[in-house]
Amino acid sequence: MMGSPMRIRAQENNGIVEVKILIRHDMESGLRKGDDGQLVPACYIHTLNVKAQGVDVFHAQLGPAVSRDPFIHFRYQGLKGDTLVVTWKDTKDDSRRDEVVVS
Amino acid sequence: MCLGLMLLSSSNPIFAQTSADDLTQYREMLINSNPADLYSAAGEEKWATPLGPNQVSLERCDLGLGAGKLEGAAARLPRYFRDTDRVQDLESRLMTCMSTLQGIPERTVIEAPFGSGPKKYMDEIVAYVASFSRGSAIEVRTDHPKEQAMYAMGKKAFYLQAGPYDFSCASCHSQDAKRIRLQELPNLTSHEGAAAAWGSWPAYRISNGQFWTMQHRLNDCLRQQRWPYPVYGSDLTIALSMYMAVNARGGVYQAPGLKR
Amino acid sequence: MKPFLGLISLIAVYALAQEPSDTEFNAMLQRSLRTEGIAVIQRMEQDPTQLFCSDHALISSPEGSKRAQEIQHSNFATITPPSDGVFIGDWKRGESIAQNGRGGTWSDSGKGVSGGGCYNCHQIDHKEIAYGNLGPSLWNYGKLRGYSKEVIQTTWNKLFNAKASQACSVMPRFGALHLLTEQQLQDLMGLLLDPRSPVNE
Repeated sequence: MMGSPMRIRAQENNGIVEVKILIRHDMESGLRKGDDGQLVPACYIHTLNVKAQGVDVFHAQLGPAVSRDPFIHFRYQGLKGDTLVVTWKDTKDDSRRDEVVVS
Repeated sequence: MCLGLMLLSSSNPIFAQTSADDLTQYREMLINSNPADLYSAAGEEKWATPLGPNQVSLERCDLGLGAGKLEGAAARLPRYFRDTDRVQDLESRLMTCMSTLQGIPERTVIEAPFGSGPKKYMDEIVAYVASFSRGSAIEVRTDHPKEQAMYAMGKKAFYLQAGPYDFSCASCHSQDAKRIRLQELPNLTSHEGAAAAWGSWPAYRISNGQFWTMQHRLNDCLRQQRWPYPVYGSDLTIALSMYMAVNARGGVYQAPGLKR
Repeated sequence: MKPFLGLISLIAVYALAQEPSDTEFNAMLQRSLRTEGIAVIQRMEQDPTQLFCSDHALISSPEGSKRAQEIQHSNFATITPPSDGVFIGDWKRGESIAQNGRGGTWSDSGKGVSGGGCYNCHQIDHKEIAYGNLGPSLWNYGKLRGYSKEVIQTTWNKLFNAKASQACSVMPRFGALHLLTEQQLQDLMGLLLDPRSPVNE
């Protein structure tokens, strides 16, 4: 099972790369009741990782407090042409990997 | 995201922010990203994926401009289709394609709860198809007599009062500068209002993190009007869509949009 | 240019489009709507008020004004005073009723407490900044109008059946159609016409 495509934008300016990632994920905390009145089982991203040229530039441990369709925004020192690999894993062992080149 | 918005509004105890103000702030926080793009990206993958008993993709679906031709197609809907001999909106036409190409019965889509199974598939496909019309002019035609008839039906339905609250669409949507609580109400009887409304759905709704198609939006309107339940893709929903879309003619199709 | 073209095409379509026949229209509604929960298909059966007020063209005609009088008359006949004779209830409960927009939809159980949804359309207590503008502001309602028997009666009538005074008022007929209980109506009266209500600060 593969997660949905992420939307990733990465632009470099003066040696700083600004990365914006929009993730499609329901991020169910396990505390919400569905339309049938039953608790919707927890399913949320617990780990998000970004590597540039195979080296970690961003690593996050998300949790049930993060709401649906998370938006991540950060900066790192890098260059145009860097290959960014973004991966996430969730509590049901689903995952997603997307790659982008810094412009 | 929701927590951020709550904190922002509590810092302004005296002045009420309308939903438009909240929306601007959200857009700025997301630096002009739109989560609706996540749905079109998912739809792009699904469009080319074989599905259903026939194991066929939707790539040959004809939305009015020819099989597989998506550029500008959404901005021309609803329209008359010769093969089904009826006026159809985007969702009902996609159901036609799902049943004729993929073998997925329309009943399956109609009866699925919103946001799950075949309806979730539909949401993503609609987002994808809509993205091909973003920036186009809304160009709904009324050349065919059935298109004219659909417009007339839609107009009559728009003004129809029913249910315990005596609400029609017109009760809330026939005047300028009105709002329910802090949610602005477009005047759908005017060109400007219709264009703003029709041109901005389907859309991602920040308040519940859901992507809503126009069918979903109409469903929730009728629920709040205290009307009975509209059948998904039924003629009533197509008629109301036709009424709005024709009034919106010449406006800009801005979907997939972003909403409160 | 674009809005102008939009207007021209609107006029063109008005000219071309003919009113659908009642049979055709009703058949369309029948196949397009169904019962869900408490929202039964019978809700589409219109009463004379709804029939009249759905006719966009008729309402604004001279014939329409005459018919409107009759509609107001028949709606007035539905109004009954509170059974215990008490017009002014509890304003604190009234505020909750005004805030509560639940009730009557297919997602309501029918067993929960319905509200009036008053803030959807009206400003009432000015501390509530999230209010609509479909109806007039009710801030300082009693303070501005006074607390006479006449004001009390007119207000009760309006709450009970708004269409008695204005045939095609957008306001639901809260008393006549049993959308709110008598106690709830009395409490809303309290919110508006109790001199101690925050609305009359």
